[in-house]
Formats: sequence, structure tokens, C-alpha cells
Amino acid sequence: MQQANIARPGSAEPWRDPEAEPYVRILNVTKRFGATVAVDDVSLDIYRGELFALLGGSGSGKTTLLRMLAGFERPDSGRILLDGQDVADVPPYERPVNMMFQSYALFPHMTVEQNIAFGLKMDGLPRAEIRDRVAAMLDLVQLKGFEKRRPHELSGGQRQRVALARSLVKQPKLLLLDEPLGALDKNLREQTQFELVSIQEKLGITFIMVTHDQEEAMTMATRLAVMNHGYLAQVGTPAEVYEYPQSRFVAEFLGTANVFEGLIRAEGPTGALIESTEFDAFFQSDTDPPKPEGARVFVAVRPEKMRIRRAEAGEMAGTNRLIGTVRDIAYYGDFFMFVVELPEGKSIRVSRPNLARLTELPITWDDRVAVEWEPFATVVLPE
Amino acid sequence: MRLRLPSGRTLVLALPFLWLGLFFLAPFLIVAKIALSEGALGIPPYAPLLRWTDEGVLTIVLNLGNLATLVSDSFYIEAYLRSLRVAAISGVLCLLIGYPMAYAIARAPEHRRNLLLMLVVLPFWTSFLLRVMAWIGLLADNGVVNNLLLGLGLVSQPVALLYTDFALYAGIVYCYLPFMVLPLYATLSKLDPVLLEAAADLGARPWRAFLTVTLPLSLPGIIAGFMLVFIPAVGEFVIPELLGGPGAQLIGRVLWTEFFQNRDWPMASALAVVLLLLLVLPIAWFQHVQGKGAR
Amino acid sequence: MSRRLGRLGLFLGVGYAFLYIPIALLVVLSFNDSRLITVWSGFSFRWYVALWNNERLIDAALLSLRIAAVAATGATVIGMAAGFALARFGAFRGRGLFGAMVAAPLVMPEVITGLSLLLLFVALAESVGWPAERGVTTVTIAHITFATAYVAVVVQSRLADFDRSLEEAALDLGARPWKVFLLITLPLIAPALASGWLLAFTLSLDDLVIASFTSGPGASTLPMVIFSALRLGLTPELFALATVIIVVVSLGLLVALKLGRVASARVGG
Repeated sequence: MQQANIARPGSAEPWRDPEAEPYVRILNVTKRFGATVAVDDVSLDIYRGELFALLGGSGSGKTTLLRMLAGFERPDSGRILLDGQDVADVPPYERPVNMMFQSYALFPHMTVEQNIAFGLKMDGLPRAEIRDRVAAMLDLVQLKGFEKRRPHELSGGQRQRVALARSLVKQPKLLLLDEPLGALDKNLREQTQFELVSIQEKLGITFIMVTHDQEEAMTMATRLAVMNHGYLAQVGTPAEVYEYPQSRFVAEFLGTANVFEGLIRAEGPTGALIESTEFDAFFQSDTDPPKPEGARVFVAVRPEKMRIRRAEAGEMAGTNRLIGTVRDIAYYGDFFMFVVELPEGKSIRVSRPNLARLTELPITWDDRVAVEWEPFATVVLPE
Repeated sequence: MRLRLPSGRTLVLALPFLWLGLFFLAPFLIVAKIALSEGALGIPPYAPLLRWTDEGVLTIVLNLGNLATLVSDSFYIEAYLRSLRVAAISGVLCLLIGYPMAYAIARAPEHRRNLLLMLVVLPFWTSFLLRVMAWIGLLADNGVVNNLLLGLGLVSQPVALLYTDFALYAGIVYCYLPFMVLPLYATLSKLDPVLLEAAADLGARPWRAFLTVTLPLSLPGIIAGFMLVFIPAVGEFVIPELLGGPGAQLIGRVLWTEFFQNRDWPMASALAVVLLLLLVLPIAWFQHVQGKGAR
Repeated sequence: MSRRLGRLGLFLGVGYAFLYIPIALLVVLSFNDSRLITVWSGFSFRWYVALWNNERLIDAALLSLRIAAVAATGATVIGMAAGFALARFGAFRGRGLFGAMVAAPLVMPEVITGLSLLLLFVALAESVGWPAERGVTTVTIAHITFATAYVAVVVQSRLADFDRSLEEAALDLGARPWKVFLLITLPLIAPALASGWLLAFTLSLDDLVIASFTSGPGASTLPMVIFSALRLGLTPELFALATVIIVVVSLGLLVALKLGRVASARVGG
């Protein structure tokens, strides 16, 4: 398999090293609430220094998994090892793990300073040390001068940073972040993403973050796990998961994908050739078929990897080429999204970067168009 | 010219304003006036403040004697102090019983809370006097508790329970407990459980999390509940009269006696004025806390 | 976790035992054939019969119910206006005084309220000749006055978490302000008004001290009659009366609980 090469500088990618010792091991963990299985036999290894993202929709079990790591929920079965120690029976107040809550959970009756110092006070540290460490944290999150403020006197972004400082000040082995940017507006969110990553790299603390925002997970995480109905749909680096989704669910959850159905045909120069069962066309990929000839598979093609042009008169669908009619054009500013209706009734999406002005767009509503792509864009889904 | 009708807003405001002004505020001024007048035989049994002298000159006769008696006679001073002490101790007792109850209700499963709360309030909807009567039945020399003690052979003759301070406190705590539980429940149920998780996550054991997070955040409820017990209990008449001993001369009882038995209206008024002065600060504090809670 | 829940359960158990043992005692003794509370001499309804035939108690009860109904209605009207003003009128001139006047009766010792109202009635009778004599009217006025505060608090807190956009939507759809009040606001605060009315009714029915001050000869409310009886000692008729009240109140609260559930389901919380 071709490897994505958008690794962060200096990151060792320990998950590729069979010798490396995982820092957090989640082993066959299951958690039920009544009749519903929130987390279903999940096993996952996370390495020291990672910024790992658990990505999923609501009810996917990502938050439950995080709360089990924090100690607020007990697994019904399975084990959780942190730095080699089984933490299943360790209550939250004795775990070397801290959490940044989605609502921040800042104590409303304490100042910024008191909030950050809280954890250190609970450990009974000497007053001078508490003062120094709180000051260092305030420095790190750029909140000098806000020591005496109460949470309600802060902006959303400032509260977020207090919450971060409070959870970091104890120098936990593992920091859990529950939707850390969820309460911020879009501009602030982007800026904070970079700040959070740089703080993480600076301190070298292992972060596990829960998010429903795929963009957040993609831009920040060293690796991510896509969760669905309590199980792990796929684990990998953001680029791996995006470029090589293993299932229809992952392909459609992460970004946009046009998914087709077909049967594997052996013939073809290299890689796999799939015959569509929906219309008279073939999909050619540059990877080897994951299943034997004749097997039914799904094929995913991302909108941005397709080209769109006006169809020539009498032009027919072929290999990695479909013919249809433009039914809708959505203008996003930085790109256009075309909705193309195929003769068989199915609609696909094709995007095109906004290189020219809107008025100069050569394709418009009800145009008959051809949509084409290269073999590398054809992803045959193994599941 | 068009006649302008008063707006709806003015009417809505005027009705309660005038009613309360006439029947709540004005009476206090009258009480203050009568507290300063002399007692007299007749109906009403007090002399007017303003009167015409024989020479036809309008004079104001202020009688500070009642107030002077209050501050010099140790009987009255002790009654005030005893009232404040009894009310304060009752408030603390209610807090000690009511806080765990309110906490337990706030932590109960959501669908049960209404019922549990209803069960706390239900006795309050039944007759106050008859509930006090129940304590007479429990604590009398031939009452249930003494019967039980005698039956078990723990005592050989009835223990004096009724007409003691024990009966007094039992009665006050019993009758005022809902007023403590309700505001406590209101603040405790608003407390975000995530804050306790955050405290645990930062290393606070349950007991410390309670002391550092729950307790300070429920302080408004504690103050409101305490005031709702303390302020009315200071002037309580029925419970000391029916359950307390002859020594339980609380100020409400003294005032009642002055008014109904001695028919000394100016003295009763003076007692009321001083009682009100004693309670102004707690009442203002209570309203301050309430106002903050409403915001 | 379960251990802590157990301890909390224990607190609740002890608390409820404290609240309900005296009440259970009243109910049990009301069925005791003997006049003495010491001996259980058999199950009997005789005290209920005696209660039914006790004209003094029955008359007082009817009088109290009449006063309570009128006082609760008056207090609901005035309290609704007061709660509305406090919740909606923002900062108006005299708001501080107004707020204090509305909230103070909640905590004012009854002896002070009772005494001051009596002195007011005496002063009024002297200066304007009304009220000519004290009795049902003066007690009713007194009860309206102190119950208004309770209604106002209930209405105010209901209005505080009232979604204003509902009224704005009605205005937007063309309803005039008074129509909005009748069609939107009033139905939505109706449960608060109902509980305010019930609260005022109960307070009036239960009041001894204020009624003793403001009533006159010939107008003895139920608490006044009970109080004078209690000073002479316990009588089983009163246990029977207590049991009747407890049964009525419990049934009423059960109905309210069910209705409240229906109402909150209908209003959506």
C-alpha cells in the first residue's frame, strides 16, 4: 500500500515500528448502558507523544471511550493499560490522567488562578510551587493578567484556555480532550487548532481528543480512529484514512465520496477492474483487487479527484468516465460543487476549484457533461 | 381633546402597589406611632399622639416609656435573646437534617425527584396546628414515646418531654423543614454534575469535591433556607405556646400576652417595632440573596 | 458509588420518617375507640361521627373555606399583577420599594403582620368609619395581603423562564398585546397561577395568628377553634379532622402531580 507522506516533521511514527511499546492500551473494551452497547469490543494502541483523535457522530461511543479512560465509567469487560499499569480500578482522582471537558466545567466560584491551582492543591503541593506552576501555565496559554477574573468574566476563547491550563498543570501522563474546540466560533477554532498542536508538541504530553468535526481531526491528529455504533471503523493517519477508506461508512463520513457498486473483473492491465452493476461503465483502480473475481464490492471516488467537462455529441460512459446532466451548482467561494444526474437516475458530486470567475464558468445548469478520473482515484472498498 | 386612559402597564402596577402600600406598608407606620403613645383605658386602648391641649394648641405627646421599658427590663431583653437563639439553633438543625435530604433528592433519578420533593412538601399543605398537635400526642407524659419507653422497661416513670426545649425544637424543626429543603434543592439540582467530575479528575476525593465545589456553590440555597427558617421562627407564637415550657417566653408569645391578656397595645407595638428592627438586616440579606438567585 | 447512594438513601429514610411518623400517629389515633391516647381499645369511626356532629368545628371549617377561597382568588389577581410587574417591567421608579413590599410578607413574623393590620383597621375605623367591625372582611383582607407575596413569587419565577419569543411570534402574526396576553401568556402561566391559588388557599386555611389579631367576635376561623380546643387538651375529634385533611390534601396533590405531568407534557416541559 502506498503510504501517505504528510507526516509532521520529526514525528517518528511509532505505530509503524513493531518494536515500539504502546503507551495506552485499550484491550477488548466493551461498555453497555442497559440494552445499548456504547463501546463494542474496542482494542486500540496509542503511543507516547501522539495527538490521537476519536472521530465519530453522536452515539458512536467516542465519548464513552474517553470517559472510561478518565475513570468516570468502568468497562464491563476488557482492560485499559496506561504506561503498563491496569487502571480499570483506579478512581478518577487517582489517575495520572486529566480531562478538558466539553463545557470546560470551570468552577464558577473560583478565579482563573484558583481554577488552575485546584488540582495542585488536591495533591497537597507546597504553596510556592503551586504559585510558580500556575504562573507558568498562565504564561503558556497567554492569560497573564487574568488571574483574578471569574469564569463568567471571560470570553469563550479565554475560558477554553483556562480549561486547558487547568488540565495541563498537573502534567498528566495523558490528556483527554472532549470536543476541545466545539464551543468556539469558526475563526477562533482554526487559530486554536494550531495553538493546541504547538502546546502539545512543546510539552510532549500524549493527547486523546474526541471530536465530531472531521476537519479538526484531520488537521490536528497524528492518527485518528473513526468510530461507528461503538466499534472502530478504521484507524490510521488522517491521510491514510482519507485516501484509503476501508469501508463505505468511512468513505462517506470523512469528506464526500461518490460510492458505486460493482463486480470485480480480473481483466485489465494492472490493479483492479470493476464492472458497474448500476450502469454501463467500468472502474479502473491502480491497486490490486481486495477480493477474488466476481465478488461484489463498493467503489468510492472523491469529488475533488474528478474532472468535469462538456460532453461531446454522442459521447458514452466508459472506463472511469460517466456521462450525465448538471442538475445543480453550489458555489462555495473557494470551489464549486456540481450535482450531476446520471441517466439511470443516480446523482454524483464533482467539485472544481474556483480558478476563474463565476461568470466565466463554462458549464452551466442542464449541460450534458462528462466526468472522468484517473485510476488512482478509484478506491475499491474492501468491506 | 382625546382623553388618555392610563396604560395597562400602570394599572398592573397600581393594583399591587396600592394594595400592599395600604395593607402592608402603612400598618407599620401605625405600629410605630402607637408604640410611641401612652396606654389608656378604653377602645382603642391607647392615647392619640396628637392632641389639643386645653389652651387649644396642637401638641405631640411622645411616649418613649415603652421603648425604655423594653431596653431596661431584663424580661424583655431575655425574651429577645432567647428568640434569636432558638431561631438560630432551629435554623442550624433544619440545615443539618435538610441538607442531606435535599442533596439526596437532587441526586435521585430524575423521574423520582418530583415525587420525593412532593413528599417533603405534603405535610406543609396539611394543617400546621394539627401537626403541632401530633407532637403533643408523641411527647406527652401519657404519649407514644413515653408509652414505648415504659413498655420497653427503659424508664420506670414517664420522662418529661412535652413543655421542654426538646419539644420546642422538635416542633419548630418539624414545621419549618420544608422551607429549608426547597431552596437547598433548587440550588443543588442546578449544580452541573460535570463540575464534580472535573474536581475528581483533578484529584479531589468525593468528600473534598463536596467541600470545595458543592458546598460553596450551594451557599445561596443555604442562606435562603436558613433565613426562611430563622426569620419567622424568631416571632413564632404557636409552637412555644403549645409545646414549649413556661420558660419558653419567646418574643412572639410575649407580644401575644401583652396584646390579648394585658391589652397593652402600645407595649405590644413597641415589642413589634423592636422585633422588626432586629429582623431588618436578616430580611434585607435574604432579599439580596434572592435577588441574586433570580438573576 | 452504590455505597454512597445507600448512605443518601438512609438520610432520606430518616428525614421522611421524621416527617411522617407524627402524621401516621394522627391517623392511627383517629380510629382509636378510646378517648385516651395511651390505650388502643379497638377500631372505631366514632370520632368521625363526633366530628360530623360538632357544629362549632364544622361551622368554623365552612367559614375558613369561604375566607380561603375569596382570599386565594384576590391574592392570585394581585399577586399575578405584582409578579408580572417584577418580571417584565424592568427598572421602574419605586421598584426597590415595590420588590421589598412584595417579598417581605414571605418572611415577616406573623405576629407583626397580624398586629399591624389590626392597628390599621382600628385606625381606619376611627378616621373613615370603615371597617365598622372586624370579622370575615378584615380577616379576608389580611389573608389576601400576605398570600399575595407567595403568588407573586410563583408567577415571577414562572415568567422568568418563559420563552419571550412565543409572545413575539404572536405579535408578529398580528395579535394585539391584550390578545397575546389572553391567548399565549395566560394559558402558559396558568399552572403557576393554579399552584399560586392553591398555596394562597392553604395558607389562609392554616393561619391562626393573623386571623386571631384581625378577626372580631363571632367570626372564629377553624384554626382559632382548634387552637382554643388544643389549649384544653387533645380530643380524638381533632385526630379525625387531621386525618380528613391529610386524605383530602394527599388526593389533591396526587391529582396535581398527574395533571402537572399531563400539562408539562402538553406544554413540552
